[in-house]
Amino acid sequence: MSRQAHERVKPGAYRRFPGYKFIIWLQNTLRKGLSGLIISRLGIMLLMMTCLSIVVFYLVNLQPNLEKLAKEQANNRMTEEQVQSWLESNGYKRPISQRYVEWLGAVSRGDLGYSTRFRKNVSDVLPARLGYTGLLAFWVMITMVPTALLLGILAGMREGSRSDRVLSSLSIMTTATPEYVSGIIFTVIFSSWLGWLKGVSKAGDITFANFALPVMTMAIYGLGYIARITRASMAEVMNKQYIRTARLKGLPFHLIVIRHALRNALIAPFTVIMLQFPWLLTGVVIVEKLFNYKGFGWLLVEAAENNDIDLLLSCSLVSVAVVVVTQLIADIGYVLLNPRIRVK
Amino acid sequence: MQQLSASQIFIHTVICFWPVWLGLAVIFTVSIASRQKTGLYGRIFDSKVAMLGLSIVLFWILTASFAELLAPFDPLEQFAALKRALPGIIEQKSGLPFLFGGDNLGRDLFSRMIYGSRFVLLIAPAATLTSSISGVLLGLPAGYFRGRLNTLLSFLANLLLAFPVILLFHLLVTPGVRETIIPKLMAGLIFLLPIIFFMLLFWSRYGARRQLLWIQLTLVMAFAGWIYVGVVFPDAVEAIGLSDLFPGLDPNELNIFVAVVFASAPGTFHIVRGLTLDLRTRDYVAAAQTRGENPWYIMLWEILPNIRGPLIVDVCLRIGYTTILLGTLGFFGLGLAPESPDWGSMINQTRGFIRIVPTIVLPPTLALASLVLGLNLLADGLREESLKD
Amino acid sequence: MTTPILEIKDLNIFFQTRSGDIPAVMDFSCKVMPGETMGLVGESGCGKSTVALGIMQDLGVNGRVKSGTIKFKGRDLNSMSEEELRRIRGSAISMVYQEPTASLNPAMRIGRQLMEVPLIHQKTSQKDAYEQAVAMLSAVRLPDPERLMGAYPHQISGGQQQRVGIAMALLAKPELLLLDEPTTALDVTIEAGIVQLVKELADNFATSMLFISHNLGLVLETCDRITVMYAGEAVEIGEIGAVFDRMRHPYTKSLLASIPLPGTDKNQRPLVPIPGQPPLPQELPRGCNFGSRCPQFLAGTCDTGPIPMLPVSDGGTHMSRCVRIEAIDWDEQPKPGKIHHAVKCGEPVVRINDLKKYYQTSGTAFGGSGASTVRANQSISLQAHEAETVAIVGESGCGKTTLAKVLLGLETATSGDVYLHNMAIGSTETSDRDVRTVSAIQMVFQNPFDTLNPSQTVGSQIIRTLEKFNIGSIHTDRRERMLELLELVKLPPEFEHRMPRQLSGGQKQRIGIARAFAGAPDVIVADEPVSALDVSVQAAVTELLMDMQARMGTTLLFISHDLSVVHYLADRIVVMYLGYVVEEGPTDAVFSPPYHPYSEALLSAVPIADTSVRKTTIVLEGDVPSALNPPPGCPFQTRCPRRQQVPGTLCEAELPPLRTVGPGHRIRCHLSQDVLDSMEPVIQVRRAAPERFG
Repeated sequence: MSRQAHERVKPGAYRRFPGYKFIIWLQNTLRKGLSGLIISRLGIMLLMMTCLSIVVFYLVNLQPNLEKLAKEQANNRMTEEQVQSWLESNGYKRPISQRYVEWLGAVSRGDLGYSTRFRKNVSDVLPARLGYTGLLAFWVMITMVPTALLLGILAGMREGSRSDRVLSSLSIMTTATPEYVSGIIFTVIFSSWLGWLKGVSKAGDITFANFALPVMTMAIYGLGYIARITRASMAEVMNKQYIRTARLKGLPFHLIVIRHALRNALIAPFTVIMLQFPWLLTGVVIVEKLFNYKGFGWLLVEAAENNDIDLLLSCSLVSVAVVVVTQLIADIGYVLLNPRIRVK
Repeated sequence: MQQLSASQIFIHTVICFWPVWLGLAVIFTVSIASRQKTGLYGRIFDSKVAMLGLSIVLFWILTASFAELLAPFDPLEQFAALKRALPGIIEQKSGLPFLFGGDNLGRDLFSRMIYGSRFVLLIAPAATLTSSISGVLLGLPAGYFRGRLNTLLSFLANLLLAFPVILLFHLLVTPGVRETIIPKLMAGLIFLLPIIFFMLLFWSRYGARRQLLWIQLTLVMAFAGWIYVGVVFPDAVEAIGLSDLFPGLDPNELNIFVAVVFASAPGTFHIVRGLTLDLRTRDYVAAAQTRGENPWYIMLWEILPNIRGPLIVDVCLRIGYTTILLGTLGFFGLGLAPESPDWGSMINQTRGFIRIVPTIVLPPTLALASLVLGLNLLADGLREESLKD
Repeated sequence: MTTPILEIKDLNIFFQTRSGDIPAVMDFSCKVMPGETMGLVGESGCGKSTVALGIMQDLGVNGRVKSGTIKFKGRDLNSMSEEELRRIRGSAISMVYQEPTASLNPAMRIGRQLMEVPLIHQKTSQKDAYEQAVAMLSAVRLPDPERLMGAYPHQISGGQQQRVGIAMALLAKPELLLLDEPTTALDVTIEAGIVQLVKELADNFATSMLFISHNLGLVLETCDRITVMYAGEAVEIGEIGAVFDRMRHPYTKSLLASIPLPGTDKNQRPLVPIPGQPPLPQELPRGCNFGSRCPQFLAGTCDTGPIPMLPVSDGGTHMSRCVRIEAIDWDEQPKPGKIHHAVKCGEPVVRINDLKKYYQTSGTAFGGSGASTVRANQSISLQAHEAETVAIVGESGCGKTTLAKVLLGLETATSGDVYLHNMAIGSTETSDRDVRTVSAIQMVFQNPFDTLNPSQTVGSQIIRTLEKFNIGSIHTDRRERMLELLELVKLPPEFEHRMPRQLSGGQKQRIGIARAFAGAPDVIVADEPVSALDVSVQAAVTELLMDMQARMGTTLLFISHDLSVVHYLADRIVVMYLGYVVEEGPTDAVFSPPYHPYSEALLSAVPIADTSVRKTTIVLEGDVPSALNPPPGCPFQTRCPRRQQVPGTLCEAELPPLRTVGPGHRIRCHLSQDVLDSMEPVIQVRRAAPERFG
C-alpha cells in the first residue's frame, strides 16, 4: 500500500507526454508556499463549478421539464407533436453538449439569458435580488457570529461549571429549531400575540422592524451550532498541557484565556463559520418564503417552480460559486491561522 | 360549540397518550436493570442528558407505533364545521374533542400530528442508515489507502456537499423527474451500496471458511435482493402480480429517500475518513498487515469497530438533520401528496392562518422541534459518555 | 539548623471518581534543604507526579489534599489564597514538564512565552524582559537566541524545546525547581545534555530541586538524596550513596535486581523480575503495600497494620518503611528464576545486503521544501543466525524502524537484497508473500497500549492469527493452541475472554509476544518491546522473550535505544546512525574499545544505577541532522567529539568505509588505528561489584 505513495513514478513512461515539463513545473509550484495553495484550490474550484453546472444543466433540461416548459409558454393544451415542434423551433432539440457549451460561452460574456418567469433578462432580475439577500445575510452574520463565539468561549472556558451547563442547554435547544420552526414560533410570539412586528418583510426596506424577524429566525439556528463547536474547541484547548504551563507560571485566569487559549481555540470555529455561508443559502430560501422577502432565495424557488431554465441555471451558478469560494477561504484561513502549517 | 378549557385540554392530552407512558415505563425499567450488559445502549442510562433525549425519541417512536390507538380521529377526515377550530372544541357526533384544534380543511390537528410521526420515523432512520453505510463504505478506503483514491473520493464528496440542497430537492423531487430513469438509477445505486457492504464484511473475514461464507452470502443476497427488487423495480413486480410479497415504497417516498441520502452521505464520509486516517497508524493495524490480512478485513474488522462511538453519535445527529430535511421538503410542497399528514407540509399549509388562529401552526412545529431536540440530546449524551471511557 | 525549603508532612491526596475516592498519595513525608537536589523515584502510578502537582496546588477538579501539610519556606501552601499561590507559581516555585512539545503554546512565539514570566512577576519593562529572556536562552546553551525569540515552538527540536522550558522555569530565579520526568520523552544523547545542563544550573543558581523520574540511574547521577515511592507511599528515603549501597527496603532491593546493570548476563546472571503487579489504589492490602510481591514477606508481621517509616541505624537521615529492617539479611542475593544455557547459533537465517530505503515525501499543503527524499536506510548489511539475538541500536531517526518494516513487508526496499532462508523478500510486500513466509517472520510492537485491537477479545485475536497462518484445521484445535500460548506467556486461561482494556501494559505486551510466536516463526523482530513498560515489568517481559526464544530456537532482532538492556541480552550488536551502520560486532567487543565515536557517546549517555561504576562523560552538541538533508561524507561529523582527531577535511568529504577492528567487529570511521587503540573504556567498574548473584 505504501509503495504507491512513496516511490516515484518512473519518468520513462511519461517522457513522451506533451506538456510533461509543464506538469512538472506545475507540481513544483503547487508544492511551494501559499501561492501554490491558492492556485491549486482555485483550480479545484473551477473544476467543481464546471462539474456541478453540467449536472444542473442536465437535470434542468430533462425531457419532462422541457415539455412542461413548452406547454406553459405556448398553450397548455398542445398535442404531443405540437410540443415537439415548439421545442424544435426554440432550439431545445439540439444535442445537449452543444447547448451546454453555448450556454457556457454566453455566461462568460456576461449574458445570462432570458427569464421566462419574469419576462426580462436574467441580468436585470438577478443582481438586485442578490443584493437584498446579501443585506439580510450580512445582518445575520453580524448578529450571529459574535454572540455565538462569546457564548461558546464563556461556556468552554470553565467546562462542567453551572454557567457551562446553562449556556450549553441554551445552545442545544436552538439546534432543534430549523428556520421554519423558529420563524413560525417567532411570528406567533412577536406578530400574533405581542403584535410588535409584522409577519412579512419588504425587500429593499432596511429598518429594524423589517429585518428583525428574518434575521432572528436564521441567527438562532446557526447560533447554537457555532456556539457548540466553539465550546468544544475551547474546552479541549483548556485541557491542554500548555495551559497548565501558563497557569503554573503564575498567569491570572483572564490572561490565560485571552492570551493563550483563544488563539488556539478559535481555529476550528473559524472553519465552521466560513462554512455557514452555504447554510445561509439554504436558510435564506426558507426564510424568504416564510416572510415573503423577495430576495435571491425567493427568486430561486420561483425559477424552480416555473421551469425558468436560464434563471435557474444562473441561480445555481451563483449558489455553487458561493459555496466553493467560501470553502477556499476556509481552507486558506485554516492554514494562515495555524502557525504549525504556515511557518516551517 | 362546546369547548374545553386549557387545563382540560392538558389533562385529556396526557391521558390520551397512556399507551406511550406505559411503554416508556416498561422500556426504562428493563433497560436500567440490565444496563451493565448492554454495552453502549446501557451507557445511555448513566447520563441524564442522554436519558432525556432517549425518552423524547422513544416517546415519538411509541406514538408512531400506536398511532391507531392514540388518534381519536382519522387524519384525512374533514369536518366542515370545524374548519380552523380552536383547540379544545368538541366534535358533535363522536363527542371527542379536537385537542389541538382543526386545520383549514377541518381535520383534527392532534391526529394528524400523531400520524405525521410515522412518516418521519420510517424514512429518517432508514435514509440515515443507508447514507451512513455508504459514507462508511467510501470513507474507509479513502482514509486507509490515501493517495489518489482519497483525493478523488474527497473531491466527489465535496462536490455533493457543494450542491445546494434546496436545488437538489427541487430538481429531483418534482413529478416531472419521476418519469425519467434518474430516480431508478439513483435508487439502484444507493441500495446497492449496503449490499456490497455486507458482502465485503463477510467475505473479508470468513474468506477462508468456504462453507460458512456461502451460507452468509446466500442469506444476504436473498434478503437484500428481496428488498432491492421490491423497491427499485416496483413496476416489474406489479406486472408479475406479486406486489403483495415484495416491500415497496411510494414513488414519492423513493425520491425523497434518494435525495436525502445524497445530501447526508458526504458528511458521514468526512468523519469516517478522518477517523480512519487517524487509526491506520496504530500498531494493531500494523500487526494485521504483518499477518498478511487483506485491506478490507483491516478496514471492516480492525478499524471500523473502533470508530463506532463517534459514528453512532454522528448517526443520531444525522437522523436529526434528516428530520429537518424532511420537514423542509414538506415545507416546500415537495414531499408527499398534499393531504398526507407530514409535519413539514402541515406547517406550510397552516402558516397562512397564523393571524387568525395562531395555535393552528404549533402542533407540527413543536412536534418536529421536540424530536430533533431529543435526537441531539441523545447524541450529546452519548458523546460525553464515550469520552469518559 | 536551616529551615528546609520544602517540607512535606504526612501528605494524603485523594481523587474523587464515579466509583468513590481513590487514594493517590498516602502518608508522604519529605524534606528538601536549600541547595539540595532530591530525587523522587517510582514507577508509573506510584504517585510521584501527583506529589509535584500537589506542591503546586494544581490537582484539577477531582483532586483533593485530604490531610497533611506542604510547607514552603515555613508557610503551608494548602492554606494560601489563590492570589498568593499565583504569586509563588513561576517565581518562587516553578516546574519543568515531561513533554516539552505539549507544554509550549504552539500559537505563540517563544520570546513572548518567555517574557511573560518577568513581566508578570517582576513587573519589568518590555525591554528588560526581552533582555532577560535572551540571556537565559544563552544560559541554557541554545544557539542563536535572538532568532529563537521570534520562532515558534514547532520549529525547534524536542531537546531544544525542553531547554526553553527550563529557561522559562528559571527566568524568575525560583528557589525551588520541580522537574517532572524532564527527559523521558527525549533521546538518550539529548538526555545527557539536558542532565548536564540541569546540574550546572543547580550549581550556578543555587536552586533546590525536586527531580522526579522512574530511571534510577538518572537519579543517581543528578541527585543528592533520594525518596523511593511505591503505590502512593514513600518507602525509603536517604542519601544517595546510602540508599544505593545499603538499601534497606525489599522494594528498592528488588528493583535494583531487576534492572540490567553491567554485572548481569542473560545466561549466567539473569535478571530477577518482581512477580505480580502493583496493587490497585482501590484495593490496598492491610499492612505493607509491597507485601504480596515481597520475597521477605512474613505473615503476621507485615500484614497486621499500617507500616510506619522507621529510621535505619547507619547515621544520617536514612529511613525505610519496613518492619523487618533488622531481621532481613541485606547481603543475601535474590534467587534468579532460571539459568539458561548459552544457545549455540546456527546458520544465517536473515541476510541483508546493501539495503537502501528512500522515501519520497510529497510536501504538505505547502511543505517548505517540496518533494524531497528521506534517506531512511543507507547501505545496510547484516546477518542474523539461527537462535541468535542481534540488537539494533540507535536513536530516533536512525532508520531502525524502517529496517523492521522492510523485513516484515510493510515497506519494500529501494535497492539491495534481503534474504530470509534464501528467499528474497526485500521487494515483496506482505500481501504478496505466501503464508509460510509471512508466518516465518513476525513482529513484537513497541506500544503495548496500541498493539491489541481494543474491540476484540484477547483470545479471538490470537485465534485469528492462527487462522491466518493455517494452523489447526478446525476451530477447536486453534482454541487449544491459543490456550497453550497463553500458558507459555504465563497468563491464566481466563484471559481468553478479557478485553484489552482490562489488561495492564505488561500483560498486553505478553499477549503481543504470544501472538508473534503463534506461528512458530523463524525470526522475530522486536521493536523496543519493553521501552514503554514500567521498570519492574520490563524484567519480566524481557525474561519471557528470552525464554520463548530459547525454547523455539528463534532468531531475535531486538531493536532498542537502551544500551543496558542490549548489553544484557544481545549476542551481537549493530549500531545505526542516520541510516548507516556505524558499528557492529559481538556484544563484548562493542562495549569495549575501540569504539565508534557515536557508540562512545551513546555508552556514556546511558544512566547506570550502580555506584561502583565510573563513566567518562561525553556530551554531544547539537541535534541529529534531518534525514532529508544528511550531511556530506560521514553522517556523524557534525556532532563528532573526535572530529579534530582526523586531519584535514576527510570527514566532510568522504563516507568512511566499514573497517574490521577485531573478529567480527567493524567500525565505520576515518580515525587512525593509533587513535582507536588509545581509546579508554567508557564504563569502568571501580571496585568489585557487590556480588548480586551467588
